[in-house]
Amino acid sequence: MSAAVTDTAAAPAGLSADDVMTVAASRQLADGAVCFVGIGLPSLAANLARRTHAPNLVLVYESGTIGAKPTVPPLSIGDGELAETADAVVSVPEIFAYWLQAGRVDVGFLGAAQIDRFGNINTTVIGPYDAPKVRLPGAGGAPEIASNSREVIVVLRQSTRSFVGKLDFITSVGHLDGRASRQRAGLRGRGPTVVITDLGVLRPEPETNELVLTAVHPGVDPATAVASTGWPLRVADGLQVSPPPTAEELRVLGMLQGRRP
Amino acid sequence: MAELTTLAQAVAGLVHDGDTVALEGFTHLIPHAAGHEIVRQRLAGLTLVRMTPDVVYDQMIGMGVADKLVFSWGGNPGVGSLHRFRDAVEHGWPRPLAIEEHSHAGMAARYTAAASGLPFGVLRGYVGTDLPAHTDTVAPITCPFTGEQLTAVRALEVDVAVIHSQQVDRAGNVGLWGITGVQKEAVFAAKRSIVTVEERVDSLDSRAAVVLPSWVVSAVAVVPRGSHPSYAMGYTDRDNAFYQAWDAISRDRDGFLAWMRRHVLQTGDFAEHLRLLDKESRAAA
Repeated sequence: MSAAVTDTAAAPAGLSADDVMTVAASRQLADGAVCFVGIGLPSLAANLARRTHAPNLVLVYESGTIGAKPTVPPLSIGDGELAETADAVVSVPEIFAYWLQAGRVDVGFLGAAQIDRFGNINTTVIGPYDAPKVRLPGAGGAPEIASNSREVIVVLRQSTRSFVGKLDFITSVGHLDGRASRQRAGLRGRGPTVVITDLGVLRPEPETNELVLTAVHPGVDPATAVASTGWPLRVADGLQVSPPPTAEELRVLGMLQGRRP
Repeated sequence: MAELTTLAQAVAGLVHDGDTVALEGFTHLIPHAAGHEIVRQRLAGLTLVRMTPDVVYDQMIGMGVADKLVFSWGGNPGVGSLHRFRDAVEHGWPRPLAIEEHSHAGMAARYTAAASGLPFGVLRGYVGTDLPAHTDTVAPITCPFTGEQLTAVRALEVDVAVIHSQQVDRAGNVGLWGITGVQKEAVFAAKRSIVTVEERVDSLDSRAAVVLPSWVVSAVAVVPRGSHPSYAMGYTDRDNAFYQAWDAISRDRDGFLAWMRRHVLQTGDFAEHLRLLDKESRAAA
């Protein structure tokens, strides 16, 4: 979907923009946190974090595996490796009720097909619901991960097709209509605190809760991030450049992806 | 008391045209053999229920057995889209597919309510999303004790639940372990149930975290590797290569139909399909 963006993003020599994104996302996870992990990009980044700076990160997957320590990132959220290495395996009703809903998850780590300026997420449909242009997989665990985790981290590639002015469908709530609307609706967690893309880092601006560009990855022109966003993206004062991936992070990432020994 | 029978007899006796049928399994222990048998017996007009419809539901939807799908996430895990599911929803092929969708937490609460003999389940969920506007089985509810606004979801009662497990013992008790998903709730939410198992044993393995006593199951059939390409912990491994291969097999209608004819309609049972699959992968190697 965002191949053009990936190609134009000027990552440091020999690095793909996806690798830079995954490393940046992994750094957002604090050691010892309990992280409810979505499949795909979040799973790779969470496993990278556990193998680098956050060895005590607790990985929770919606298949009911708690404290999984996979040696290779799983293809699905229910690979045997997760169950075999977990501290506990519980039923699906239990993982959502006792663990997520009851407030035992620090960080919900999600991917998305589309996101809007307030961090709301669409994974349901592109186009009208009853006559969809593209039917996406649907909600899965995301709506309640987004509402009941203490905070939410989102990782997705940035383009005008994924960063849109208006979502066709709100699958999972971020900051709803901005300001305190999320809180007023009765959602418990703080919502998205950071969005990591292949171009940089966005965070909700205090007060309005609108996502603003707070950092770009090395070599990325902030104008590229603005041009890859479907709303007038504002650039924060004191824009940072994210530190480049370390050799160790890249070594472990390559190992997780089976690219290098 | 569970009847020990063949899968073909269990499906013929317990699944009828127009039934609401849940083949459950959360990545692990997915009852693929039973899905094939439902296609082989040309059942029609089914309402299919599953939290995570994946390859086996793609096959069933593409063969036109279903009029409706009740679900929370439909995809090929870690691979991408379900092409047959998308073709049915986007283009009505081979027939229109009505959908009723929820979140995982909502589906789990719906199964648990039905399993408990209650008309609805309660959760903190759906608030602010567009799901309730498209699903009439979600409604706000006020807690009578605290006044808090919560969400009610209608109990998910099904006619037939179908699951795969590792073992059945001589008395007909079923045991499963590893990731057990929502299978226990699905069986208790159903009027009738079919369990395919890897093996018949004298006594269940001590790892069996979920045990379904014989008298809560309608029929049990021994079908080794009956969850392939999913897996049965302790017996088989997940065939990730098949999930990846399914993307190409299912991408166009003709290729899909040819595969289903060869592997399902023209085979006598799941064992014959597996032998054919093994032969094809040896030839490709």
